[in-house]
Amino acid sequence: MLQSLWNNRIQCAAVILFAIGFSTLLLNRNLIKKIIGLNIMDTAVFLFLTSIGYIRGRLAPIVSEGAATYSAYVNPIPAGLVLTGIVVSVSVTAVMLALTIRLYQRYHTLNLDEIYMQALREQEEHE
Amino acid sequence: MNFSVNFPLFSVVLCLMSAVISCVLPGRAARRLSLVLSLAVSITSGMLFAHILRTDQAVTYLMGHYPHPWGNELRISLLEPLFAMAFSAVLFLCLLGGRKHLAEDLEPAKSNLYYVMADLVLSALLVLVYTNDIFTGYVFIEICTLSSCGLLMIRQWGRTTLASVRYLIFSLLGSGLFLLGVVLLYNVTGHLLMPDLRLSVSELWANGRYTLPITAAICLITVGIAVKSGLFPFHFWMPDTYGYATPSSSGILSGLISKGYIFFLIKIIFDVFGTNVFYESGVHNVLFAFGAMGIVVGSVSAMRENDIFRMIAYSSAAQIGYIYLGIGISPEAGILAALFHILTHAVTKPPLFLAAARLCDVAGGKKRFADLQGAAWSNHLAGAAFTAGAFSMIGLPLTMGFISKYLFALSAFRANIKMVPTLIILALSTVLNTLYFARTVLRIYGHPSGTPAGVMPVRKQRSYAAAAILFAVFNFAAGVAASPLIDILERGLAMF
Repeated sequence: MLQSLWNNRIQCAAVILFAIGFSTLLLNRNLIKKIIGLNIMDTAVFLFLTSIGYIRGRLAPIVSEGAATYSAYVNPIPAGLVLTGIVVSVSVTAVMLALTIRLYQRYHTLNLDEIYMQALREQEEHE
Repeated sequence: MNFSVNFPLFSVVLCLMSAVISCVLPGRAARRLSLVLSLAVSITSGMLFAHILRTDQAVTYLMGHYPHPWGNELRISLLEPLFAMAFSAVLFLCLLGGRKHLAEDLEPAKSNLYYVMADLVLSALLVLVYTNDIFTGYVFIEICTLSSCGLLMIRQWGRTTLASVRYLIFSLLGSGLFLLGVVLLYNVTGHLLMPDLRLSVSELWANGRYTLPITAAICLITVGIAVKSGLFPFHFWMPDTYGYATPSSSGILSGLISKGYIFFLIKIIFDVFGTNVFYESGVHNVLFAFGAMGIVVGSVSAMRENDIFRMIAYSSAAQIGYIYLGIGISPEAGILAALFHILTHAVTKPPLFLAAARLCDVAGGKKRFADLQGAAWSNHLAGAAFTAGAFSMIGLPLTMGFISKYLFALSAFRANIKMVPTLIILALSTVLNTLYFARTVLRIYGHPSGTPAGVMPVRKQRSYAAAAILFAVFNFAAGVAASPLIDILERGLAMF
């Protein structure tokens, strides 16, 4: 058990990071910290993917002289998935930040609970 | 090979291109483009559906003709074009019927951006329906999340912005779990295309190897999609999201987007895990339990709600519960009922939102029940549309809602231990649905409290009238003549 955990230590670290990011995104009340949590969560997945895509001693899959067999190269797909994931993560972060700016300009706080209370009050005055 | 098998790819590319073009078009033109686009997608999907129905053969569409461990594929069996057709038609009707409120809620200079988002939503839904590659599915889940968030936050109102932040947070939690599940699955099998995944998952499962990672992947993917579509403990974002968005967006979000995710989940159950592995892993029991709780909690919350939009939103939470209940019952009859209910909900919820918005308009923009007293007398069309939708939600005969409930009950009889709880839940929820929808219908047809406002004539709301009537026609037509549709769904499930 310990041996297998040690063999997969990077994946274990990635899962722990994922849990940290997930709980921050879910539980923290501060919007900026939520966004940080989101990024930790996504990065954990990328770490996981990169670690399974890396094989010690193999080359990047660019055909060059010298190494002729496919066993000399690593599989490029995990790296491709990470790149796609990074693009998705960047755009999601941008949208979250934009929404945060809008809420901050309106309510002058980043705390989600306070924003909620103010929004409720605003609605009661409106009605 | 028939030319019509190219339609799915063309539709997706066309949607993405229209979204780009709409960025620079004036609002009116962007609106027309979106309407034409969704109608065209619906018609071409219909043609493709007819073709598949005739040949009775599923088609795998290779993109760039790269064969299977390398290429990216679309899969076209009977169900995919049917759902693509239904989804794009509902999107068309939502945009058409909510026109007046869209004009009020959008800033004129930015109104084209709303249709950019609508086009993107349509492309994402189409890909979720058709794709045969799980990672492509993930990317378009994210596109769907972002563009649906755009549909929400386009209304510049404090509560709406707050609701979109909450919606986005829950969606991101869900897609994070989904992505981790996909990565785990890729780690174990080395594939991303669904047929390859299915072969290797079933082989590993049969040999008893990597059972733990596969079970973990099943849990992560299922929970991820359940969070995104708002299954019971995660339904808290729903009332705010649907309650404060512009009515078209509420209709699109509740009727299409959560349903698109669920259709993708059903596809994953069949094409990635295989029904054997999925139903041996025991995850379906959890879905069954939470679906049942969702039905009860959603209905009770809807009864206690005092705001008509939030009531309809809580009722959506209950309907999502039904769909997961069906998935939890059995892979044949249960999923058949779930698929039928997806269609039912897609043609029932949007007209309810649109009608409720019209009724609130007559009541001077107020959304409380007390203010809606007698509102239907001032807008007969909206009153009738709301009543028709309410009948379908309750499950009165001649409507699609009735057939859904019938199918759920039928599937319950074939499930041994889940029979009694399913029937009890069905009975209980029908009573609850009847209570809160009947209360609303009686309220809007009550005696007007103040001096009645003038009657809103039909000719002043032509586009809404067309949308409302078409929704009601679909609803009753499929409710009266349900057996061909059920046959098609059954054949489609066998072909999946």
